[in-house]
Formats: sequence, C-alpha cells, structure tokens
Amino acid sequence: MSEKIMQEEKRVFMTGNEVVAWAAIAAKADIMYGYPITPQNEIMHYWTRLVPKYNKAFLQTEDELSAGFTTVGGVMAGRKAFTATAGPGNTLMQEPMSMAEMMRLPTVVVIQQRGGPSTATVIYSQQEVTLTTLGGNGEGMRIVYSTANHQELYDYTIKAFNTAWKYRFPTFVLGDGYQAKMREPLTIYRPEDRGMQIIEPQAYVGLAGVPGRDRPPAHHRNTYNLEEELYEKVSHDMAEFERIAPEVAEFQAENTDDADLVVVGHGVVFRAVREAVNNLREQGHQVGYFRPVTLRPLPVQQIKELSAGVGKILVVESAYGQLARLFKEVAYGGTAEITHFFRPGIGITATEVADRVKGLLEPVLRQPRLRKASFG
Amino acid sequence: MAPQPKMPRSWRAETKPHKFCPGCGHGIILKFLGEAIDELEIQDRVIFGCDIGCSLLSWDFFNLDSVQTHHGRTIPVMTGIKRARPELICIAYMGDGGGYSIGTQHMVSAAARNEKITAILANNTQYAMTGGQMAPTTLPGQKTETSPYGREPELTGYPLQGPEMVSAITPDGAYVARSSIGNLRQLKGALKKALENQINGNGFSFVEALSSCPTNWRTNAKDTWSFIENEMSKHFKVGEIKAPGTGQGEAG
Repeated sequence: MSEKIMQEEKRVFMTGNEVVAWAAIAAKADIMYGYPITPQNEIMHYWTRLVPKYNKAFLQTEDELSAGFTTVGGVMAGRKAFTATAGPGNTLMQEPMSMAEMMRLPTVVVIQQRGGPSTATVIYSQQEVTLTTLGGNGEGMRIVYSTANHQELYDYTIKAFNTAWKYRFPTFVLGDGYQAKMREPLTIYRPEDRGMQIIEPQAYVGLAGVPGRDRPPAHHRNTYNLEEELYEKVSHDMAEFERIAPEVAEFQAENTDDADLVVVGHGVVFRAVREAVNNLREQGHQVGYFRPVTLRPLPVQQIKELSAGVGKILVVESAYGQLARLFKEVAYGGTAEITHFFRPGIGITATEVADRVKGLLEPVLRQPRLRKASFG
Repeated sequence: MAPQPKMPRSWRAETKPHKFCPGCGHGIILKFLGEAIDELEIQDRVIFGCDIGCSLLSWDFFNLDSVQTHHGRTIPVMTGIKRARPELICIAYMGDGGGYSIGTQHMVSAAARNEKITAILANNTQYAMTGGQMAPTTLPGQKTETSPYGREPELTGYPLQGPEMVSAITPDGAYVARSSIGNLRQLKGALKKALENQINGNGFSFVEALSSCPTNWRTNAKDTWSFIENEMSKHFKVGEIKAPGTGQGEAG
C-alpha cells in the first residue's frame, strides 16, 4: 500500500513545500521533527498527511532548538531524520547543527529563506546564505545545496539525504519563500527507478549487544579537555571536508569562455540571471552566467578559473553581498573586476539584471583596457 | 589493598576513578542509577544522555551507549532518540541549570507531552562547572558568585520547585519524585521506579536529586551534609510526588 503513489514517475503540479515532503518520502526518510515558521510550514503539513500512508513519524517540538536537537537524536538512533525552518528559526537551528558538525551527524535541514534581519518578512530573500553556510560556533563543515526550481527541490532533497549519510556532514537544502509557496510542474519519481542508490542509515547508539560485555560502549561527546585534542579533531574533520569538497561541489555555467562579463547568481535568482544572459546573447552581447549549486563547499576550481579568465563579473543576489563575500574569497587573486547587484529581501527580474549588465558593458567598450592597466 | 565497594555492572571500570570533585553528589546518584539499571537488566537498551555542566563528566561513565549534548539540550536529544526508536530506554541526566534554566522549555514541553523518557536532575543550588553562579534553585540568602551578598528573593525570585512544576503539568502516567543523596534508599527506589515507568511505557519520569557541591559551597564534609539536610530541606521537600495508579499529584 505504502508504495503505490510512488510506483511510477509522474508529472505533477505542486508547491515547493509539498515537493520537499514527497522528496523526503522518496529518499526513505523515517521521521521529521518540526516547529512552525513561515514559509516552511506546509512541509510539515504535507509530511503529517503522508505519515500514516507511508509508516513514517512526526514530532512537533516546542521550538527550533528542540526540532534541531531531536533531529540529532533521531539521526543518532540510526534513522533518517530531518527538519525544516526559516529566518529566526534558522538562527536557533544553528546550535543543534553545530553539534551535528562536531559529531559528524548526517542531519538534513530544509531552509526556506524569508526576509531578514530579525523577523523581517515571511515572503522571500536570499539572506540566510551566511547563516546556513557558516552559522554556529564552528568552521562551516556542512553541505549546502541552493535550488532554483521545483524539480531541483525534489532532486536535491533526495540527494541531501544521500550526501549526508555518505559523508556524515550536516546537509542543508537552501530554498526560499518563492520556491516554498509557488506551484510548478515537475516529475516525481522513485530514485531506485533511475538507478540511484539510496544510502542506508546506521545507528550511532542503541547498537546490538551489551555494551562493555559484547562490545565497547558507544560514547559520543562534543566537549574536549585540551586545546590539542580539539585541534586534532577539527583538523582531521576539516581535512576530510576539504578532501570531499571537489566531489560534492556542483555548478552550472554557460558561455563563460568568450564572455566580456559573467553574471553570477544562485537559487531562484539564477532563473532571472539565465534569462537575462540568454536574451543579451541573442542581442549580440558577449555575456555568460555562472551558478554555484553548492554554496558550501563552493566549486572552487571553477570560480578561480572564471575570475582569472573574464574581464567582469556581476554578482546578483537578493541579499546585501552574502553570496558575493563567499565568492570573492574564492576568486581572490583573479583579475576579473567583481561588481554587484544587491537587492536584499526582494525578488529580481531578468529585465533588471539585463539593464544592469548593459550599464556595465558600455564603459567596457568605451574604455580600453590600457587605462585600467596604467592604474596604480 | 583495602577492599573496594563493588561497582555496578553497568559502570565502566576503565573510566574510574570518576572525574567529579571529592564530595560531589554526582558519583552517588550515578552509583544508584547504575544499580537500578543492573537490577532491571536493561544495560543492552539504555541510552544515557548527559548535559553540559558537571554532568557532562559522566559522558564515558557507564558501559552504556552515551551521548553528551549541549547546555540544557539533553531532553530533546533523548526525545529524538526515543521517538525514532521507542524500544530504547532513554535517560536524560542534567543539573539544575540545564533542566530549570537554559533548558526549561524542553523540560516543560517534554513533561506536558508525557514523553516516555526518564529525566534525572542533580540539584546542587548553583552552576558548579562555571564557577558557582546563582541558579533558579539557589536558596534565599545563599551567597554565590553572582549573588555575592546572598540571593534576594525580591530581586531574583525563590528556589524553583522543579518536581512540583513537572507534577502539575504532566498527564496521568508520569512519575515524579524528589530524592536526596542524604537518603540513599529513597534515591535508589525513585531512580528504579522512574526507569520502570519508562519501561512500562506509562509516560514522563522525573527524579530531582538534592546533591552536593563542597567545591563551590566552600564547605567541609560536616557543613556539606548540614547544608543538604538542614538548609536545602527547608525549601525542597523530599518524597514521591506523583506515580501512576496512586492518585498522587493529581489536581485537587
């Protein structure tokens, strides 16, 4: 009975929050812990409706601290556990996720970004990039997928569970209020039917046998006595994070080779970026686009090549430089001039991106490169 | 070699002597918890969670699968485990700061939901690991690092009545007691009943144990016992407050 709805792939038309709930079912998630906050609520609404049909579980907690820490507990018990939040809830979520980072726990958290700072708006933004990639008292050892449409929300939510359990770093799907609430067509499918292997969870506690008699007890801690102990632990994990980064990092790019200017954007803003770039190309402008799909870890090699190869880069985001900061750190040492189009907490259209790009292209035509070289 | 008292089977001998200060109550509470686990023969399915503060020093204390969590967050971690795998017996071990201050919302909500876990809280009237600051349980007039002239109830309130609060908000099936390291028979009985209550799937189980901190109290052995028996007892009544099927603790 429980497999019926997912038996074959089908075309559906649904909101992003519903997509996440279905994707969690497809990924064989066992339990969701959650606390209401807009705009992620319907993930819980759909999940709770699917729970009896698919023999899953749900707990509504007292706040996001609890939602995060119960998710930590669920994962340690060896179950695929997840939660979802936004805004101030994401702020609270950082404490449990720092524990997950320290203890290498494969938690999955879906973030549907709302406006910030503070409670701001319940609508939309890209202002939770810094928090989601680098939040908590830690080193940002986490994996963050930034989705751009509902098909990706489905694909990457499934992928997030696999990535988390494969690498044992906390994994986030970074959506936003637009993606959460909008309806779009997409194809839902069983990952197995497409040859994807679903990674099985493993317990950290509650293992077979009597601890101390049949096996050593599983003792898990996140507190260390000595600086050197901590240094060794963090260095080991950081080395592993950096080792896996190139195979985890994902990006999308087009027409960057011959471009005078490359537009960089992530998430739903990327859709405006791509449309603007395609239109400008048709009009004969030498422009391209680059989109990091993983914001943590970033596609480092590709960003370095890009910033060494093109004249201008325009970073576009619905935040005041949260992606740009991450991007510039990696691009450091490149020759590209990096400019920006920041629209914190508000949507960005293709026309707006195109207008900004045209404004930047004209001076390039007027001013020969010689002048720039003579500077300083 | 002088004869040593027998360790509970569920203790991990390799990590003894334990890490608590001389005169600390944690070792006594954990001894009777260990004995209760042995007698109930649940060592293979107990998950022991400890908080931050001195209770964290118990992270490798037992031959039990154990998780050391964050300040006040042991109840939600144990709740998460219990909800994911109800066959496990989950114990959340914490101090009064974790249970009654930074983690109060978790204590209240787990109690109100009647989560089928066992919470054990050592009440030593102050924050010990951080150096002896005032806690919700600090006695009126008691000097701490943040109440150096003595706690003034007018400004900072009276000692929080944890088990009474939990008793008032738990539905039927909960087990709630206050014990003391000054009354070992009662302490062990309460810990065992609190575990049995979870095994039987009745509801939330909570034991507060009055405990000692000679390090921060700056007391010798005699004054330490005197503080527990004569001062703490004025504010914290030891005894069973609520147990399934007894009619105790029900709203009048």
